[in-house]
Amino acid sequence: MTVMEQRGAYRPSPPPAWQPRTDPAPLLPDAEPHRVLGTEAAAKADPELLRRLYAQAVLGRRYNTQATALTKQGRLAVYPSSTGQEACEIAAALALQEQDWLFPSYRDTLAVVARGVDPVETLTLLRGDWHTGYDPYEHRVAPLSTPLATQLPHAVGLAHAARLKGDDVVALAMVGDGGTSEGDFHEALNFAAVWHAPVVFLVQNNGFAISVPLAKQTAAPSLAHKAVGYGMPGRLVDGNDAAAVHEVLTDAVRHAREGGGPTLVEAVTYRIDAHTNADDATRYRGAAEVEAWRDHDPVQLLERELTGRGLIGEDEIAAVREEAETMAARLRERMNQDPVLDPMDLFAHVYAEPTSQLREQQALLRAELEAEAEEGTAR
Amino acid sequence: MSTVALKPATMAQALTRALRDAMAADPAVHVMGEDVGTLGGVFRVTDGLAKEFGEDRCTDTPLAEAGILGTAVGMAMYGLRPVVEMQFDAFAYPAFEQLVSHVAKMRNRTRGKMPLPLTIRIPYGGGIGGVEHHSDSSEAYYMATPGLHVVTPATVADAYGLLRAAIASDDPVVFLEPKRLYWSKDSWNPDEPQTVEPIGRAVVRRTGRSATLITYGPSVPVCLEAAEAARAEGWDLEVVDLRSLVPFDDETVCASVRRTGRAVVVHESGGFGGPGGEIAARVTERCFHYLEAPVLRVAGFDVPYPPPMLERHHLPGVDRILDAVARLQWEAESR
Ligand SMILES: Cc1ncc(C[n+]2csc(CCOP(=O)(O)OP(=O)(O)O)c2C)c(N)n1
Ligand SMILES: [Mg+2]
Repeated sequence: MTVMEQRGAYRPSPPPAWQPRTDPAPLLPDAEPHRVLGTEAAAKADPELLRRLYAQAVLGRRYNTQATALTKQGRLAVYPSSTGQEACEIAAALALQEQDWLFPSYRDTLAVVARGVDPVETLTLLRGDWHTGYDPYEHRVAPLSTPLATQLPHAVGLAHAARLKGDDVVALAMVGDGGTSEGDFHEALNFAAVWHAPVVFLVQNNGFAISVPLAKQTAAPSLAHKAVGYGMPGRLVDGNDAAAVHEVLTDAVRHAREGGGPTLVEAVTYRIDAHTNADDATRYRGAAEVEAWRDHDPVQLLERELTGRGLIGEDEIAAVREEAETMAARLRERMNQDPVLDPMDLFAHVYAEPTSQLREQQALLRAELEAEAEEGTAR
Repeated sequence: MSTVALKPATMAQALTRALRDAMAADPAVHVMGEDVGTLGGVFRVTDGLAKEFGEDRCTDTPLAEAGILGTAVGMAMYGLRPVVEMQFDAFAYPAFEQLVSHVAKMRNRTRGKMPLPLTIRIPYGGGIGGVEHHSDSSEAYYMATPGLHVVTPATVADAYGLLRAAIASDDPVVFLEPKRLYWSKDSWNPDEPQTVEPIGRAVVRRTGRSATLITYGPSVPVCLEAAEAARAEGWDLEVVDLRSLVPFDDETVCASVRRTGRAVVVHESGGFGGPGGEIAARVTERCFHYLEAPVLRVAGFDVPYPPPMLERHHLPGVDRILDAVARLQWEAESR
């Protein structure tokens, strides 16, 4: 019998009954972003937590304006501001326990600082100093990741390793809306779901990837919906509502800690400043849009809630602002000191031991430096 | 633990043994990749590991090379020692960004705080009649990336010794396995005490005084064959097996060239922008006054890897090596 004859004779049996392997319904995000501030739910929120979020948000805003100012003074080479996104940044840090890990993207220096890392050490990359100024193991914060979404599989691997070792560790990984189009986003979510890894993915949808709006980035109903395809829950939250972001992230972290696996959280927010100080946002968006979002400012939302409910007084607000000013002054002062870099360090950490080739290059540079120094003294 | 000790064993079996011994010695060692668990890998190098150590230690991952290497980075951050298998040379390319932007740089960017002890095993090279994307020699890409060690064995004993060293290294190692030598056998005996070879040392596989063939991986046996054939022409060729492309053993290579005064670099990878250019330049810079002739290269052609029916014309063979040796300006000399 020829192959073609076989084909003609072939009568497939009907496929066995098909069932989805995971019920998608519980994974679906709500239609509207979750909100707490300005709603009934705020009455049930812990006043202490709200005050804490407020103090952190004020500090965060001041940190953003100070860092931006440092670019104008030539003290920072570049700064990707998270102004308008402070609720997400601080909630990400506060949702974690001490033993947990944070995987920030390049925009998330505020989250890193909120986690307890020294701001000057956090900003080394952006001032032209070495890439990672902090010890990642001290506060369990991975290096800031500039190649978009590439940090996400690291978070999955780390959380997976911790679980294999029997350690109680959750990893929270941050990424932007643009970053969700990267292959690494897909691969990380897929691995996390298959491995049931204790990971929380926080997407800050701030409307833009530099100049490109979300509409050109995805045709998905929402970024949170992407979770369903991987078999993990997707959660949609108002990214400017610090209480809501904190609640959703804390739930997702608890869920992961209790063995429930990963969650994808989309926080809808807005990047008030340009992409970085080097960007001109007027080329791709109008002032009216920015103004509309200023009315939904994360710091204002907290302040309104707290004052409206009489949970904070003028004195306390003044004290919070003063603390922020002190932080900013201290940061300014410390950033005004030039860092001292040792050129010989170029070769120190390429490998555990420099290769013979690197040792030769090291000798070359040393000779150059010595010649320079001699010239300097001769002059 | 009982391995049926085939005597002599193949390179693939020596690699399996190295993985098994490393896993037994250190619970931090985890093997991961496509089909490495139940199947034991398409080349069977991970055969039996999932059974012996469990699927958490030898894991069939989803089919996504960037994800495999990216998650391995995270595991290494947490203190594990992942050994990643890429199924074929050309299928390691999706992982290139993780390799270049993170694996190679993490130690440097964290000022030594976060080294990544990772081994990335990649079957490479041609000569097996593989269809497109199954025969690339991609070592030049890896060599050009500071922060990576690049190692490739040519003998069964080195397959064992270098893989153990790679896994023990605190630096990331790209471990290139010459797939055409997987089934090769030599005098390596799995029952004898095994040695771990230091990374970064070349070895002289055959001593000679007329000229030096500098080579590595799948081209080592070809060069040894060429050296045998060269005797008929009156040439006594030395063969240096680099074993490690990064770090590069200038010392052993240059000592040999200074002795012989002539050198040919042989590899499957294309010549233009390939490892041979770097090696020839290094040798010339260091041994110029000892050289009787320019350093020559015998490499694969600068073409995409050819269809199997044409690969024998592409791969450096004995004749092409001997032709190069003949061009080493012997006129003035008696051999
Ligand atoms: C892999 C990669 N491609 C391109 C870039 C250049 N780049 C830096 S930020 C950015 C936009 C990122 O947008 P999004 O993910 O939404 O994050 P956001 O800037 O809004 O925080 C681009 C294209 C990069 N850093 N990495
Ligand atoms: Mg964005």
